[in-house]
Amino acid sequence: MDTVYEALAGIVGEEYVSNRPEELYIYSFDLGTTEPHRPQYVVSPRTTEDIQKIVKLANKENVPVVPLGGGLSLAGLAVPFQGGIVLDLKRMDSIIEVDEQARYAVVECGVSQGQLTSYLERCYPRLTHSEPGAPPTATIAGNIAIHGQGDLAQPYGFNSDMLNGLEVVLPTGEVCRFGSCSIGASWFTQHPLPDVGLFLGWLGTTGIITKVALRLFPRKKIRGVGLFVVEDEELVPEIMHKLTHLQMAEDIVAFSQAIPPLTSGLQNFTVNIAADSEKELEFKQELIWDDTLGEYIRRGDGGFLGFVQGLQRPQVSTTSDWRKGGGFEYVGSIMPVAKYPECYRRGRKISENHGIPYTVLGRCIGAAHAMMFSWTYAFNRADADSIQHAREALHETDGLVLELGGTIWKPGLYGQKLLKERLDPNTLELMGKIKQLLDPNGIMNPGNWEVG
Amino acid sequence: MALADFEYGDMIHRCFRCGYCKFPVNWEDVNNCPAYGRYRLETYSCGGRLWLTRAWLNGEIDWSEHLSDILYSCTACKNCEVKCPLRFSGDILNMIVAAKSEMVEKGKIPVAAKRFLENIQKQGNPYGTSRMKRGEWMNGTGIDPYQGQEFLYYVGCVGSYDTRAQEASRALGKVLQKAGVSFGVLGNEENCDGNEVKGLGEKTLFEMLAGGNIAHFKELGVHKIVTLSPHSYNAMKNDYPKYNGNFDVGHYTQLLQNLISQRKLNISRSLNVKITFHDPCFLGRWNNGYEAPRAILRTIPGVKLMEMEKNRESALCCGGGGGNFYIDLLGGSKSTPARRRVREAKETGADVLAVACPQCLTMLQDAVKVEELEDQLVVKDISEMVAEACEME
Amino acid sequence: MVELRFNDAACLGCPTQACLTKCQYMDIDRETARKEILKIARGEDSFVLHQCVTCYACEEYCPVHNHPFYLIVEKQEELNVPPLPRPLIRRGINIGIPFRGEPDIKEINGPALNMGVFSDLMYLIQGKLFEGLPVISTDPRKMFHYFCQLMYLHFARSSVIKERLPGVIKTIAKHRVTEVVCFHDECYGTFSSYCPAVNIDVPFKPVHLFEYLYNRLNDLKEEIKPVKLKVAYQRPCSSRLSPEKHHFVQDIFDLIGAESVQRNYVEENALCCGGTIQGQKKEGSRKLAADLQKRNIEDMKNAGAEVCVFNCPACYQTLGQMVARNGMRPIFMSDLCRLAIGEKPAGWR
Repeated sequence: MDTVYEALAGIVGEEYVSNRPEELYIYSFDLGTTEPHRPQYVVSPRTTEDIQKIVKLANKENVPVVPLGGGLSLAGLAVPFQGGIVLDLKRMDSIIEVDEQARYAVVECGVSQGQLTSYLERCYPRLTHSEPGAPPTATIAGNIAIHGQGDLAQPYGFNSDMLNGLEVVLPTGEVCRFGSCSIGASWFTQHPLPDVGLFLGWLGTTGIITKVALRLFPRKKIRGVGLFVVEDEELVPEIMHKLTHLQMAEDIVAFSQAIPPLTSGLQNFTVNIAADSEKELEFKQELIWDDTLGEYIRRGDGGFLGFVQGLQRPQVSTTSDWRKGGGFEYVGSIMPVAKYPECYRRGRKISENHGIPYTVLGRCIGAAHAMMFSWTYAFNRADADSIQHAREALHETDGLVLELGGTIWKPGLYGQKLLKERLDPNTLELMGKIKQLLDPNGIMNPGNWEVG
Repeated sequence: MALADFEYGDMIHRCFRCGYCKFPVNWEDVNNCPAYGRYRLETYSCGGRLWLTRAWLNGEIDWSEHLSDILYSCTACKNCEVKCPLRFSGDILNMIVAAKSEMVEKGKIPVAAKRFLENIQKQGNPYGTSRMKRGEWMNGTGIDPYQGQEFLYYVGCVGSYDTRAQEASRALGKVLQKAGVSFGVLGNEENCDGNEVKGLGEKTLFEMLAGGNIAHFKELGVHKIVTLSPHSYNAMKNDYPKYNGNFDVGHYTQLLQNLISQRKLNISRSLNVKITFHDPCFLGRWNNGYEAPRAILRTIPGVKLMEMEKNRESALCCGGGGGNFYIDLLGGSKSTPARRRVREAKETGADVLAVACPQCLTMLQDAVKVEELEDQLVVKDISEMVAEACEME
Repeated sequence: MVELRFNDAACLGCPTQACLTKCQYMDIDRETARKEILKIARGEDSFVLHQCVTCYACEEYCPVHNHPFYLIVEKQEELNVPPLPRPLIRRGINIGIPFRGEPDIKEINGPALNMGVFSDLMYLIQGKLFEGLPVISTDPRKMFHYFCQLMYLHFARSSVIKERLPGVIKTIAKHRVTEVVCFHDECYGTFSSYCPAVNIDVPFKPVHLFEYLYNRLNDLKEEIKPVKLKVAYQRPCSSRLSPEKHHFVQDIFDLIGAESVQRNYVEENALCCGGTIQGQKKEGSRKLAADLQKRNIEDMKNAGAEVCVFNCPACYQTLGQMVARNGMRPIFMSDLCRLAIGEKPAGWR
């Protein structure tokens, strides 16, 4: 008799536990190139209390616990490297509260991006959140936990900068709250109370986020995308610098890709603009295209391709089918904006060396304080060779990021290794102490941030 | 069979498991796949089903009852095909049916599915009830057997044998009589249309049924067919032509809409109800038919038509497709699709949940009972509403 | 030899210099016009080359069919004064590169409809009007093999047109077509106007889509029910290359009972949709395009149009949203014709 199974079934009910080969097979995979590893159990909890009981059981039985949201990090962050329990958090999908005046939402950890977008559009059309480019099954909490960025990154920063509070289950089973909610007030602010930093960027090794209070932002009546193109990649950093000085855009992205040919060898900007009236829209457009970017247009160095009203949300991505192969993975980095030209040139070379059509993208964060720069490598899941090429390209790119002076955004095991080699030794030691304090039995997402 | 021999072996790996297939068209929630919404495990989503099929054919996992349950829990509602942004999306259901065929060939399918198919083979209906009782629903209606009239009124298995659905069959018959339509039925001579048989992967049986029906219809000189069920409509309109069965097939809502606009039906009685309409998958997503049922309801005096959040292409399947009105792989939980759907209907404040499919009718009627909403929400077929509004008992 | 046949003497003897005096975007008197067009012909720089917004209209205005617009474009390229910024030119050239393999060639031995680079608009050629007419260029992945290339007139790249067009004609000819109904007006202009002007042989007869639609509607006359709509027509720049076919617009409207509203920007005075102007280098181009669009749409609205009929997918993409926001319905001509014979076009609610 499998006592762990019986105990889990006792907590969530038999229908929401499985140790059957089918579930173990599916939950062993990350959708990228990471090798699969089978868990022993898959559990789908419904409440914070369920999770507390599961975690206490796991400690008692010394079984690893791997929290899983949308599973779209593509860096293997929810692969059960040492077996154990995969915790599918998507059943915790209630939107608990929206405060229109203070502009925030409180959601459970399993609420998806698409669900929140749809809910706000219907019920709070004057509020929006910063939606990332991932498939909309990605969770709000998961995206915050890895310091994701969305389509409001330019004015408002990382999604993890938009946090008012967290509810977390510690690896030892206690529930903690951070932010104003922790003193019984509403969830309207995180600062100045003690930090949530222990649970962001820690790749699920310090606890399980069960609730998130997310800042919402004004949604204007007209939202759309303007397109601008340059040939010379050296112009990209200065253009981003100038546009961010202007403070008129909601999202600034520069991308270049080999396919289709019309984007190849060119740096394509999408600049999201929002306005409540035609007057505001025209004003912003005049400042952006005529006043700021006009010099490039007049010199023949940059081209304006028009502004299309209507923002496609959620954004639909077909990247995975490029090689008719159902697969892609990317290295995401946080880079200084000044590095865009080199990131582009070196990234192109890596792709070409591995016979993969290149795809790169940089999203401006804050006042060009940094950008998220990504290199995407598509592969064919039915072709082991193409997976190997993609994997090699990804590893080379991880190295490139650090060489160019950036940092890897949501590092998989390989990226974590490179980062640990460079990390300040005192910081590394402190990380070890924190992990030991919070997770004395080492059950939380083992394999990741192994700093002991 | 190895993956290399599988009909879709060159494309089944293309699913990224991005999860778009779980959403309705309007993105409202992430469990519009009826099986995924029921079980909330990735294995039950469309992507999970495709990956497991590939793993099974590849030898990475073995067949098991659980695997066959996962495959047969697909109700063929087409939400996944409509949402999938990738180029192979049009073949998703074909891949699932082909996988089911694999299991059928090995004789390894859920027990209830086996019974479903055997019953059809023997008695022409999935319930296994005698053929000789198929026409009993007609007793006392005065409906004529088909002998060359303008329309063949094709009732289907659920409409013939299920007691609740029989009320819709009779109501439609009365409405057609009232409108003076020239029509007849096959009664005991009617045989299963095969739509679900095809969906369950039993291609040989489907071809037998289709071929038999086509020959029979031709023999009788049938040209126009009006069906009670969108499932029959789908098979006869989209599949029978491949077997040389070219008939002018319509779902009854299309015919009624025409009769009303030609004033052949006097819709005079005011019903004073708030109605919400549940789009049947085989009329809606399968055949792009969303407006005729609504147009009919709007002509009824005193009716206030309210839409559920998830309507038209976003509708949540009642869970009856893929044979599940009988095989019942999705029942037994408050996450069962039919129960979720009636709760969604209740949220609109409607008094009546209108349907246009006998499977939806029985599934949602049962769900209302289980949800203890009988005094708040009534499930009615559009044929019944029209019959009421035409001042018939 | 593939080269523009331009006749200096015809310009010298021209009674009106209408090519430039009638230009809607430059204010030029007859004397200046004569001087400048001859400078251009001689290969000298002229302000006209810098100010031209590439609306194609002078092809229509020229009374002696001397192709002033084709000349302007050639000289813009020669003197390296393209109207568009370099990245847009590069992008435009890249767009036309077919990169997904060779097309399937089915021999037709008769007339066919060529979708050109609009293979994803197949839903606009359904129904009785197109029954029985074989279609070529139906695969969006291979459609650039059928690209007429004339778009490069906006990019000062006649060289690209001349380089690629013979190959495209060859591909079309492989289908062994006798007549080619051109889905896009610009393809028709390519075969009927540009090719003769530069000495490229066209081994099939081009047919204007509207002429085809008009004839088909006549065949189906009994099925026509007057649409009773007030319509405005967005005349595309490419229509200037085939002015002799423009009358089919009104002919179709008359046949299907559509009332053409009385507005200003029609016929010779038609306004460019602004799609290419908005990206031009010249200062003020974005605002000029916006202003043109505003005037054009207000003109339609003030005249009481309920529907704006489009010929060109590029105009549709540029103006369609704006038309809809101003309370008028954008529709393609083929869809309007389908409405007239009782069919329901895709997307029409």
